[in-house]
Amino acid sequence: MILAAPPTHPGFLSPTGVEIAFLLVGLVTLGAAVVSVTTKQLVHAALWLVVALGGLAVEYLLLTAEFIAWVQVLIYVGSVVVLLLFGLMLTKAPIGRSPDADSGNRPVALAVAAAAAAALVWVVWDAFRKTWIELDGPAQGSTDVTGETLFRHWVLPFEALSVLLLAALVGAIVLSRKKPEGERD
Amino acid sequence: MTTTTLAVLVPVLPFLGAAAGLAVGRTAPGFVRPLAVLPTLAAAVLAVLVAVRQGGNTVIEASTQLTPTGSVPITLGLHIDGFAALVAVLVGVVASCVQIYSTGYLREDPRYASYAALVSLFTAAMLLVVYSGDLMVLLVGWEIMGICSYFLVGHYWETPEARSASLKAFLVTKLGDVPFLFGLFALATDAGTFRIDGILSTVASGGLDHPTLVALLLLAGVAGKSAQFPLHTWLPDAMAGPTPVSALIHAATMVAAGIYFVARLLPVFAASAAAMTVLAVMAAITMVGSALAALAQDDIKRVLAYSTIGQLGYMAGALAVGDRGAAVFHLLSHAAFKALLFLAAGAVIHAAGTNSLTAMSRTGGLAKRIPDAYWTMTVALLALAAIPPFAGFFSKEAVLVAAEHTALGERTGIPAGAGWTVLVAGLLTALLTAAYALRLWLRAFRGRGPQAPDHGRQPIAMTSVLWVLAIPSLGFGLGAAYLDDWFDGEALTPTLTTAVLGTGLAVAGGAVTYAVWRTLAARAVPAVTPPHVAHPDAEAGLVEAEALHLPHPAEDPADPGRALLGPLHGPAADGFRLDALYAKAFVRPVLGAASLVRFLDREVVDTYVRGAAGTAKGLGWLVRRAQTGNVQTYLSALLAGSVVLAIAAVALANAFAGA
Amino acid sequence: MHLAYPAVLAALLFCVGLYGVLARRNAILVLMSVELMLNAVNLNLVAFDVWLRDALHAGQALTLFTIAIAAAEIGIGLAIVLMVYRNRGTSDVDRLRDTAEPAESGATPESTDEKAEAAA
Repeated sequence: MILAAPPTHPGFLSPTGVEIAFLLVGLVTLGAAVVSVTTKQLVHAALWLVVALGGLAVEYLLLTAEFIAWVQVLIYVGSVVVLLLFGLMLTKAPIGRSPDADSGNRPVALAVAAAAAAALVWVVWDAFRKTWIELDGPAQGSTDVTGETLFRHWVLPFEALSVLLLAALVGAIVLSRKKPEGERD
Repeated sequence: MTTTTLAVLVPVLPFLGAAAGLAVGRTAPGFVRPLAVLPTLAAAVLAVLVAVRQGGNTVIEASTQLTPTGSVPITLGLHIDGFAALVAVLVGVVASCVQIYSTGYLREDPRYASYAALVSLFTAAMLLVVYSGDLMVLLVGWEIMGICSYFLVGHYWETPEARSASLKAFLVTKLGDVPFLFGLFALATDAGTFRIDGILSTVASGGLDHPTLVALLLLAGVAGKSAQFPLHTWLPDAMAGPTPVSALIHAATMVAAGIYFVARLLPVFAASAAAMTVLAVMAAITMVGSALAALAQDDIKRVLAYSTIGQLGYMAGALAVGDRGAAVFHLLSHAAFKALLFLAAGAVIHAAGTNSLTAMSRTGGLAKRIPDAYWTMTVALLALAAIPPFAGFFSKEAVLVAAEHTALGERTGIPAGAGWTVLVAGLLTALLTAAYALRLWLRAFRGRGPQAPDHGRQPIAMTSVLWVLAIPSLGFGLGAAYLDDWFDGEALTPTLTTAVLGTGLAVAGGAVTYAVWRTLAARAVPAVTPPHVAHPDAEAGLVEAEALHLPHPAEDPADPGRALLGPLHGPAADGFRLDALYAKAFVRPVLGAASLVRFLDREVVDTYVRGAAGTAKGLGWLVRRAQTGNVQTYLSALLAGSVVLAIAAVALANAFAGA
Repeated sequence: MHLAYPAVLAALLFCVGLYGVLARRNAILVLMSVELMLNAVNLNLVAFDVWLRDALHAGQALTLFTIAIAAAEIGIGLAIVLMVYRNRGTSDVDRLRDTAEPAESGATPESTDEKAEAAA
């Protein structure tokens, strides 16, 4: 379903409040992400990642996808970042500035990323110049809506996902156990 | 059986014998000797039958088309006239004698099976040349003879002399065979057929457009095969092969093939007076030069080799004056006594343990050790010197009579100058022939010195054959009166003037030589024992192979040839330095060109090849340097490529959408 | 809301994460950048799902699945990084060079000559 621009919308140059909020939070998210990948302090990188992920959660809320916003906070901010911090700790990452946080590949990475950004942004902008999201109706991502669709239409993938999580669990345990003496593989 | 069937069997039987010999030679050695001798004997008997049935003045023709060629057809056919019948009988008889002789001569030779098979193959090829009615089929036999000669001359291939001699024989005859092939093509293009009767009828009706060109091209091949000047240099060196091979190939058959070919197609040659003159001059130079060289040789077989060249010059001279009957007559009698000479020389070398005449002249009593060889060789040398009533007298007189006829202008179409050239050269050569024949006999059998060791009797296989061949050497001339049916119907009896002149010159030459020899023998000779072979008791073939290595003593003061030739002796012993001339003129430029080619191949062409390989390796090295192991670089390269592709795709899509 | 906002933000976040994957030395920082990229994708999915008003809400469902899988992935990824750190003493990505061409002393095309001949 492709919606043409409804005549009630004023046009690009007069954004609604949602848009302003989205823009501001987006700026914060982007800034935090940029700092996260460029800072020389490893632990700070993880913390700035928290900011970025949290900003994304707010964006999800602005897009009326509230269940996903809370799942984002729960899983990403709650466990993924914690795991990352644990990893940094267990691999004895230096606290404070480490001069070799960036590898020698930096110029190439910059070039590739800049080119990709230019291309993607231009394509996306060109494609969706005249499309608006209709946010006035019922919430698209409320919990009951999400639960209903998940357990009615997406049950099988959901169960498969739990098997995958089990496999990841087992795999992580097997990978990181120390070999007992006398046993070789 | 019809005559045609018999005639077909004549070349086929030795061929089958050769094939069987090659096939079973290693696995069933007991069969090798019968397979060598019996098919050749059978072919000889059948050839006699064919000759008798052919009766002399008829021509047996039979042919089938072999394969459509698109232009000039090639047929498989027989064309048996008088000459063909007689020459086939000769080939059969001599080949049988040689095969029987070889069973004794090469008794313990490890390669006897292949040798005998090759001799049988050679016999089959020669009979094919003799009987063939189509020139292309004749060429097949011609070439097979060439390759068999290569194999057989190189029989003792452990010795470098045999190896280089066989290559030289092959290459020099091939040098003549290339223009020969072109001559055949030109002839067939003019005549429209390869068949001999077709060609002869075309010539008779005057249809040959380029007679001189054709004749000269064909003469090149004949010169190579029949060892005429300037392509004769291979024959003295080909004596490095076993003596029976020299007897068969280089005395009786292969070298006779060229003469026979010209005799067959004489009308083609006679159509061009220039070609006949060239042939006469060639024959004259060959005759005189080879006789002088024979007078200076120390190796007994080389004397006989140069003698063969000279006698072939006689036959070529007879053809040059337009009388093919005389040429074929001399061919037949020469084959008999020359084969006998070679086979007897084999026995002499075996008994003396050396092939050097100087060594033999310092060994006494050689004649008593080998009486069969002594007497038969005497008969053959008398025939060679053309003393009546031996066969050589009649045949040489026939040639001189023919030359005299042409010189006096009694033959149309042939220039008188050719006749005078041949006559004068022939008379001079008769003198020289008697001289070197007597020299050979005196040096070999009248030597003075320590007695020759006794090795027992020669094998019966060798001695019996000598007596078989002595009969035609003695009586062929006398019996020729009954054979004029086979010889174009012309009489072959000599005239009185030429008979007296020729015989007188021969006797004079012999007398001078004998006188010189007696004088020199009376002077004291240094008693230096000349070198002998290591195993004088071994079989004859082995003795000859070892004799090839013996050094020939420096010039012997007791040599009548040296005294007679005077300042010519040095060049004559060396074949008048022709080999050195050829080496400088042809061999060195070819070797230079070969090394140039090798240089170009290595430096120029190989550089490209190595460059290609080097480029590939260099590119591989470059690519390998990209394998850094750093995953981030790999990923960067991957993503950079993807971004470029994506941008390109979008740009193109836009361009097409907008266009 | 103009669809460009979430779409462009997602594209930019993706590229920032891309830069981080390619430029960072520590393996854990690379994993962090991968998380950024996954999140960008999630934002895109949600935005398009809301715009299309999908009855099945495939976009949001996929987003949930992506989040779960990202969690699983980070678990395994960190286990691997810990193993590497335990074995090699470093978790720097550019020290892990096992797939590199072995360095020959004087690595020139001539010496590879003999190797090719020895192999042939």
